[in-house]
Amino acid sequence: MAVRAQFENSNDIGVFSKLTNSYCLVAIGGSENFYSVFESQLADVIPVVHTSIGGTRIIGRLTAGNRHGLLVPNTTTDQELQHLRNSLPDSVAIQRIEERLSALGNVIACNDYVALVHPDIDRETEEIIADTLKVEVFRQTIAGNVLVGSYCSLSNQGGLVHPNTSIQDQDELSSLLQIPLVAGTVNRGSDLIGAGCVVNDWSAFVGLDTSSTEISVIEKIFNLQNTKSSYVVNEMRDQLIDSMI
Amino acid sequence: MEYQHYNPTITNQTILCCNCGVPITPNPANMCIDCIRNEVDITEGIPKQCTLNFCRSCERYLQPPNLWVYCELESRELLALCLKRLKGLSKVRLINAQFLYTEPHSKRIKLQLTIQKEVFANTILQQVFVVTFLVCNQICEDCTDAAAKNTWKACVQVRQKVNHKRTFLFLEQVILKHNAQRDANNIKEAKDGIDFYYSQRAHAIKMVEFLQSITPIRVKTSEQLLSADIHTGSKSYKFTYSCELIPICKDDLLCLPRKIAHNSSMINQLCICSRISNTIQVIDPNTMKIAEIRPQTYWESKYSQFEALCSYQDLVEYYIIDVIEYGPRVGKYQQITVEVCLSNDFSNTFIARTHLGNVLKAGDHAFGYNLAHSNFNNQIFEDYCRSNSVPDVVLVKKSYPSRRRRNRARNWKLKELAMEEENNGEKTKAEVAKAEQDYELFLRDIEEDPELRGMINLYKSMY
Repeated sequence: MAVRAQFENSNDIGVFSKLTNSYCLVAIGGSENFYSVFESQLADVIPVVHTSIGGTRIIGRLTAGNRHGLLVPNTTTDQELQHLRNSLPDSVAIQRIEERLSALGNVIACNDYVALVHPDIDRETEEIIADTLKVEVFRQTIAGNVLVGSYCSLSNQGGLVHPNTSIQDQDELSSLLQIPLVAGTVNRGSDLIGAGCVVNDWSAFVGLDTSSTEISVIEKIFNLQNTKSSYVVNEMRDQLIDSMI
Repeated sequence: MEYQHYNPTITNQTILCCNCGVPITPNPANMCIDCIRNEVDITEGIPKQCTLNFCRSCERYLQPPNLWVYCELESRELLALCLKRLKGLSKVRLINAQFLYTEPHSKRIKLQLTIQKEVFANTILQQVFVVTFLVCNQICEDCTDAAAKNTWKACVQVRQKVNHKRTFLFLEQVILKHNAQRDANNIKEAKDGIDFYYSQRAHAIKMVEFLQSITPIRVKTSEQLLSADIHTGSKSYKFTYSCELIPICKDDLLCLPRKIAHNSSMINQLCICSRISNTIQVIDPNTMKIAEIRPQTYWESKYSQFEALCSYQDLVEYYIIDVIEYGPRVGKYQQITVEVCLSNDFSNTFIARTHLGNVLKAGDHAFGYNLAHSNFNNQIFEDYCRSNSVPDVVLVKKSYPSRRRRNRARNWKLKELAMEEENNGEKTKAEVAKAEQDYELFLRDIEEDPELRGMINLYKSMY
């Protein structure tokens, strides 16, 4: 199920939150409404953590992460880093990156296996991304936009990309990511996909303005209809297969 | 080495309209056209109904704040006026505007507008809609004033106390040439002159200044209080500018007061007025000396306004029998001594000295003043006679009797000021004849004097 949410009258919830399969970061807002939306959906599965990055609330745009790790920019204070370390599961590696393009959420789009990054990103950063997040890194653009993190949203099930992405580009990205992709919009026609929605493998949160058509596209591509059961079934099957092998 | 050319084929991807889910090619709003139409109304803020104020008596439309303009129905001017009345048009781009036909007496004007506006980001929407204008009657200020018989605020009275219309006929032409009558809302003929009526004081002052630049006049200003508001201290006046022209015309014979003659480069007291601009130019026919007299000198003269001894209607025609002697030449004048006799009486001959040597030869006709047979009731002239000898004849200008007799129709004509006539146009036969004669003489003057012709506009006559 995709859930609509709003952060202090802003529909760009992807700016104020970061969702992965093993944790969720939420900005510290004036009220707890935003937090409680996430908590009600996720609390019994993964930790939902209040945090700021470098004293700002735009944590979704400043950080990048997946099940294996979390990358934070060099503006992050030691205190914040310590707080994150204490709150996140031990299996999640946290890494502070010295990168000129410090809005890591805008320049990195990743799921648990593959990451698309801004073409101009540092080689060292690229290596850190690969090591920390345990992903393959590809320098890519989406519909001609270098800010790959802003214009797409990825999970291990599928991905939503900028509405102007041509079929060829979609095919190419899809073959890199090994997931189905679809061009679409959020927040009633906004092309800032990364800002408008946050997803993991079994849940999605979208801006309050998002229309039902957009939600249906999102649920379809991220495979969110009756997620719980299918996820459990898939997990069980994987484990079964694992154990059988 | 050979390269393989890779030509990617671009296929258009489709997305779902974010509102209704219809597959569309992505656009800046990512919404299908119908949804955009439903979502936003770009005509918002533009009134669909508006009023136009129309003055029934002068058939003009009000262009706020206080301009009344005449427009035909379905004209460009009316379109401009209507569009100006619409607020909110500045926020959109106007693509097209046209009138839809309505019955003229329906008091409705329908305007079809096509506008464009940017909605969301980079999405330009175009929409066609109709605005109805209600034509409301409102009497304009001018018509109100006219109805209240309160048409003018300022009046310029031009007067010349002479018994012919020559100066005014000329003045009329100069005014027409410079379009100086433009602001006047009424022009009336009066005894000895013309009245110009204006709705604004500034226009009257402009007219006075114009007259001052072309003629020697004396201006007297008077004002009449119409109403006063003691609370605000505001008052409304009627202004009258009385402009008196010097009663001296071209070709008049003058006898200047001694002092003025001495001040004007010691010119002979008896002289002919050769030109009137904003000064009086006089010439002494004997010596061909030319002097200019400023109008102030005239008005402030101790002899209180020396008058013309003889003027236009006293001219008599002479026949030049012989040129006795050629004198010196100064500019366009040449002094000659001629023997003349009256053109209708060859029994008496006179000897006259004149400045018209360049144009006169034996056998010509010329106009002149017959001083031998004239009596003047003029103190200055009498004083002059005591100490000087007075010539019998003073020739003023050449005449063209043979050419005139043909009485052919002129192939040119003059414009006329639309003037309201005195006494509602009721004139005696004598007055009509006098006016016709004055006009004819004026036309002849124009024909004979290139300098005069240069100052006015002539128009081609149809025949």
